This record gives sequence, C-alpha cells and structure tokens, in this order.
Amino acid sequence: MGNTPLAFDEMINADTNPRQPYQNYHEWYEGQDRARLIAKSRDAENLFRKTGITFAVYGHEDSSEKLIPFDIIPRIISGREWRKLAQGIEQRVIALNAFLDDIYHKQEIIKAGRVPRELIERNVAFLPQMIGFKPPGGVYTHIVGTDIVRTGEDQFYVLEDNARTPSGVSYMLENRETMMQMFPELFHLNKVRPVEDYPKLLRQSLASLAPPGCSGKPRVAVLTPGIFNSAYYEHSFLADMMGVELVEGSDLRVVDGKVKMRTTRGYEAIDVLYRRVDDDFLDPLTFRPDSALGIPGIMDVYKAGNITIANAPGTGISDDKAIYSYMPEIVEFYTGRKALLENVPTWRCSEEDSLKYVLEHLDELVVKEVHGSGGYGMLVGPTASKKECAAFAEKLKARPSNYIAQPTLSLSTVPILVNKGIAPRHVDLRPYVLVSDKVQIIPGGLTRVALKEGSLVVNSSQGGGTKDTWVLED
Amino acid sequence: MLGRTANGLYWMFRYIERAENIARLIDAGLRMALTRSGSTDEDWDGVLQSAGVREDFDSAHNKLTSADAIDYLLRDYSNPSSVMSCIEAARNNARMVRTALTRETWEATNECWIELKLALSKRVKPADMPEIIDTIKRSTGLIRGAFHGTMLRDDIYNFSRIGTFIERADNTSRILDVKYYVLLPAIAKVGSSLDNKQWESILRSVSAHRSYSWVYDGDYSPANIADFLILNDRMPRSLAYSYDKIVSNLGYLAKLYGDNHAAHETASATLMLLRSRTMEDIMEQGLHEFIEEFIAHNNRLGEEISDGYRFYR
Repeated sequence: MGNTPLAFDEMINADTNPRQPYQNYHEWYEGQDRARLIAKSRDAENLFRKTGITFAVYGHEDSSEKLIPFDIIPRIISGREWRKLAQGIEQRVIALNAFLDDIYHKQEIIKAGRVPRELIERNVAFLPQMIGFKPPGGVYTHIVGTDIVRTGEDQFYVLEDNARTPSGVSYMLENRETMMQMFPELFHLNKVRPVEDYPKLLRQSLASLAPPGCSGKPRVAVLTPGIFNSAYYEHSFLADMMGVELVEGSDLRVVDGKVKMRTTRGYEAIDVLYRRVDDDFLDPLTFRPDSALGIPGIMDVYKAGNITIANAPGTGISDDKAIYSYMPEIVEFYTGRKALLENVPTWRCSEEDSLKYVLEHLDELVVKEVHGSGGYGMLVGPTASKKECAAFAEKLKARPSNYIAQPTLSLSTVPILVNKGIAPRHVDLRPYVLVSDKVQIIPGGLTRVALKEGSLVVNSSQGGGTKDTWVLED
Repeated sequence: MLGRTANGLYWMFRYIERAENIARLIDAGLRMALTRSGSTDEDWDGVLQSAGVREDFDSAHNKLTSADAIDYLLRDYSNPSSVMSCIEAARNNARMVRTALTRETWEATNECWIELKLALSKRVKPADMPEIIDTIKRSTGLIRGAFHGTMLRDDIYNFSRIGTFIERADNTSRILDVKYYVLLPAIAKVGSSLDNKQWESILRSVSAHRSYSWVYDGDYSPANIADFLILNDRMPRSLAYSYDKIVSNLGYLAKLYGDNHAAHETASATLMLLRSRTMEDIMEQGLHEFIEEFIAHNNRLGEEISDGYRFYR
C-alpha cells in the first residue's frame, strides 16, 4: 500500500466541505479568533499540569513526569457510525470472553482445528493455573479497550484488543471535562453523548461480579503498583471517582481465607479487586516470586471463590498479537456470525511463506513484536531508513515467531490546531467497554493523535497526543 | 482508612510544616546577618543545628559559608530536610493519598511543587532571597488554606493535623535546644546587645517577634521568651499549643475508632507536664534537660502513633 498521499480526513471531505458530523463544529470554528484558540490551548495545558494529569516515561531521568499533549479540536463521530462500531465491538468482546472460557475449559476451538494448540499452550500469557476455573459471573475481561483505526468513510479496522488492563480512560474523562470548561457553547451547538458516568458504571459493573464468598455489599478496591507507575494518575483518579480505596500490594494480606487491607482499625476484607498490576506480579507464590507488588496467596483466595480479580488472570492470551490474526475465526466460532469489524490483514512471521513475503516487502509493512506494547520494538517500513530495515530484517530472521507484520494503513486524519491554523494528523480510537451480565460501551473513548506531520505512531510515549472524542446523538 | 494512607497524610503534613520551618530559620539567619557587623558565617552554624543537619552539612562541605549553608537548606536534594526535598516528599505523599484529599488541597500542593521546583532550579542570588522565602511561605500557606477550607473533619483531617503538630513541636524544641544557653538567666545577666539579637532571632524563627511584644508588653526577658515558646497555650508554635492540638486530634480518633493506644497516654502525659509546670520549675530542673527529654518524648509519640494506627504493619 505504501504512502497514500491523501488520507481520509474525518472533518473535511474530498470536496473541501465539512463532513456531516463536523458541520456545526466547523461553522463555529470559522467564526473563532485563532489567537484566542491558541491561548485556550495553552490554558488547557496549564489546567492539566495543575491537576497533575501526568504520566511517567521510563528511562528518562530528567523528565520523569510528562503531560500528554491535548488538542482542542474534538474528534466527532456520528450516531450512525457509532452504532455500527458498537455492534462490532460488542460482538468481539463477547467472543473474547467465550474464547477465554473455552481455552481454559474444553478447548473446543483447538479441537476444531481453528487455532493451533501450541500457539495457546506455549504462550506466556496462557496461565495453566486458570485451567478449569470459572471466574465469578463467568466474566474474564471486565474492562476492554478496543483499538480501532479508520481508513475511509465506512472502513474501520480493529488494530488491537486490549483485554488485560487497558489504560487511558482517565484522559477520556479529563479531556471531556476540559472541553466543557473551555468551550461550553460547543455543547449547546452539538448534542454530545455523555461519558462522565464511566466511573459509576465501572463501580456497578465490578460490584455486580462479586465472588460467591461475599456476603453483604461488595467492597471494591483498585490495586496500583504505586506512585512511580506510569499510569498512577489514572489509578488514583479512578479510585477517587468511584469512591473506593486505592491499595498497593503492601496494604494487602491474606487473612482467614480472604484478601484484607490494613486499615487504621485493623484488617478489612476486599471482595472485588480492580487490579492495575500485571499477571506476573499478582501473586509471588504463584507467579514471579520476586514480585513486591502483589499479594502472596491471592490466587488461592481467588480459586476458593472469595475474591473477584478484574480483569481475570490469564486474559492476556486473548489480546496477544499472535492470537490477533485468528480473531476473525474466533469471532465466527463463538458467535456463529462473521465478524462485523474487520481485522487488519496480518502476516504471521512464524509461517515460512509469510516470513518470505514480509522480508521482501519490509519497506511497505509495519512489523510488530508479538508481545510488545507502547509502540516499542516495532518497525514502520515506509518511514524507516534502509539501514533500519536491514537491521530489523536480521532480528526478524533470528526470531521469526516473535513478529507479525501488517500493511501500513492510511489512517484517517482529524485536524489539530497549529500556529497557522489547522492541519490534518493521523488518529486512532480506543473505546472502553465494561462487561458484567451485559456489555456496556461508553459512547466515545480516547482518540490518540500523532502530532508529528505524517507520523502514524500515536503512542503517548512517542509523541502522541489526545483529543476529546464526541459521539453525537442522531 | 488504610494504614498507609494515614501514614502518607501524617508525613505529607510533617514535610509541609518542615519546609515552612526551614524557610523561617533561613529568614531568621538572613536577618541576623543583616543586623550584625563582621563575619556572619558562624551564625549559620546555629541555623544548621536547629534544622538538625549540621553534621550532614559537614560531610558534604569543607568549610561553612553562608552561601553554602543557605543552598544546602534551600535546595540540596542530598539533604532530606531541605525545602525542596521536603516539598518533593510532601507531594509524593500527597500523590500517594490523592484519594483522601480534596481537589483543592491536592492542586495547591501540586502547584506549590511546580512553583518551587522552578524557583529553586538554580542557586538563589542573595538579592532574590527575600522573594524566595516569601514564595515558600505563600505557596505552603495556600496548601494550608485549601486544606482548612475544604477538608472534611474526619480521621483524614486528624492524621494530617497530628503530623503538622508533631513536626512543629519538634521544630520549636530544636530551636530551643540549640539556643537554650542564650536563655539561661546566668548568662542573660550579662545583657549584652549580642544576646538581644539572639533572642530576637529565636522569636523570628518562629514568626513570633511581633506577637511576643504584644503578649509580654515589650518586656524582653529570657524567662518570658522561654515561656512563650514552651508554655504559652495561645502561641501557635509553642510546645503547649502543639500538644493541645495533638491531644485533641488523638481524642477524635479514639472517639471515632472506639479505642485508645499508648500514644494517647504519652500525649496526655506530655500535655499535663506542660500545663502543670511553671517556667521557674523548668529553669530549676534545667532548661536543657527539659528540652532533651521533651524531644525524646515527642519522637516516641511519633512511633506510638505509627504503631497504633498500623502505618507500616
């Protein structure tokens, strides 16, 4: 596919007219003084800094706390577009949970030959400890963030299913808060569906999946690795907004078969733990013995039905990049219908033919590490130098099964505010999904935007910013 | 409330209090240097001692100069009691207990950190010192204002207040510990003008040089100054006032939780001591001994509170 000169712009169509969802906004924008908007944009940054909405960048001594740049031009999705997306996401999330339930129980999808056994069982994200265990309510992924990209009027692709501990929802909420503070008039001109009840819905959703051993009102807590974690702000924000305790591993201990937290009055039980700590670190008795972030013995309490862990341990197998390429089969296998949302075509480098193709077309492809995240360890062929491509080819040949490759999609653009006015930049979208006895999709999500002209990398660790995301009522 | 949260609140407010106190000590030191002729570097010896960092300073410096002393007290991260270290520690604790704080209190703390980090990013020129001291007092004052104006009067409030007053009592008693000899009657009889400057410096380091003259009608005497800092229960930085607050906040916790700890006994006993003694009693016992004993009790109380309310285990 290579470099497509003209990406699909979500605000301005090919005839240089505003697309329908952006009509009111565009008209408003035309009437604005640019200097005022730039000043507002600076206000927004100060607001974020003051509030402490920062993230830590690992390995940067001098800049340990950074702001994710916020762009004041919203990303707008029509109600019609959203309904279509939401149906596809719901189908996919249902399939993810069914898939997890299956591979930890009967493994019918393996028996049916749709997914290779070794891909599951040799995968580090697959936890044998979960075999035969049904989490409370049968829910594995309580919170999902499905990364979606768009390439045209009706072309949406799922880029990634984040089924472990998707982050960024605090930015969705703070971005909306900031926009409503700065441009209240825009919310009169547009009927924007609200996102602010997310913390309430999250709490209800978590509480509704209390373990069988819980009597009375379930006590929910958020488990954080601590203030030096890159997403700590979000952990404290969510705990605060939900009105539940924010705990660290050192606060918790297994007492009388329950997970309890050390309070100023003694130990008190927790029923549902929304953990923002990776599987590996959750229980030093079961997983990494050197983990100081987890709770020794929590897995035993879990299996005895005395605590709910959200998301369930072992869900990582479902959003693994090696599994990703099987998602169309997975969705069809469990829902009996074709996947409503498309996957990005993916070459599995573990397969000989694919590897050959990928090596021959490195300059056109995006190559990703199967277990990587945050945009690290990947090659963006079209923008990489010959030397970078050659070096990457060596890594690829050394460990082919560690990589997948995808075509460079011409991601849609939405304008950002720059000194000279507005300029298109590539975006993606992460809607947030809550699963309990029902699937709830928050209308909106986090739009990440690559601030550098032409760049396709939207990750905050690599120069990405965010936008408020509006889903209109129509 | 989590034991760790109580611990975080306690230390957040101890560090804010300490940052302010260090700024006040520097202020008094600068003032002393201005009002005296001749070499002034020695005056900083007392300031470093009052801040409890004299020995650490020596291990980092060959000789004592006022410029180095000020820098060490103000912005040296290797000094855990420097203003910048304290503000950083206070903010880290605030981040840890973020869910226990109102948005206003958190933002005032965060803004204080942002402002001071910038203001103290370089060595401060002597000409800029008054402004810096002012900035420290103002930005920590804003935290206090937000805290008092918005926080619920529950256990969160109590642990914060206890931290403030344990630190404050510690600070005032250290100043007394370093300067007690100035207040001894035998030496005071000499009545040299140098001693008057020393007294004034003591009062200034607890921001009490104005209030003192109102309360004691302009009568500067060592016994009165000691009385003001130790026994006067209206003076907000005195030992008696600090303990009054500690005891009442511990009392609220006992009522709320329905149990008493060793800390309650220690605090009440200390308060009783401060209420039942007169300055003459204390001078007779020995001012120095009295202060040393007080500091030891105050430290023990800190540990008992940490144990009783499960700060760490």
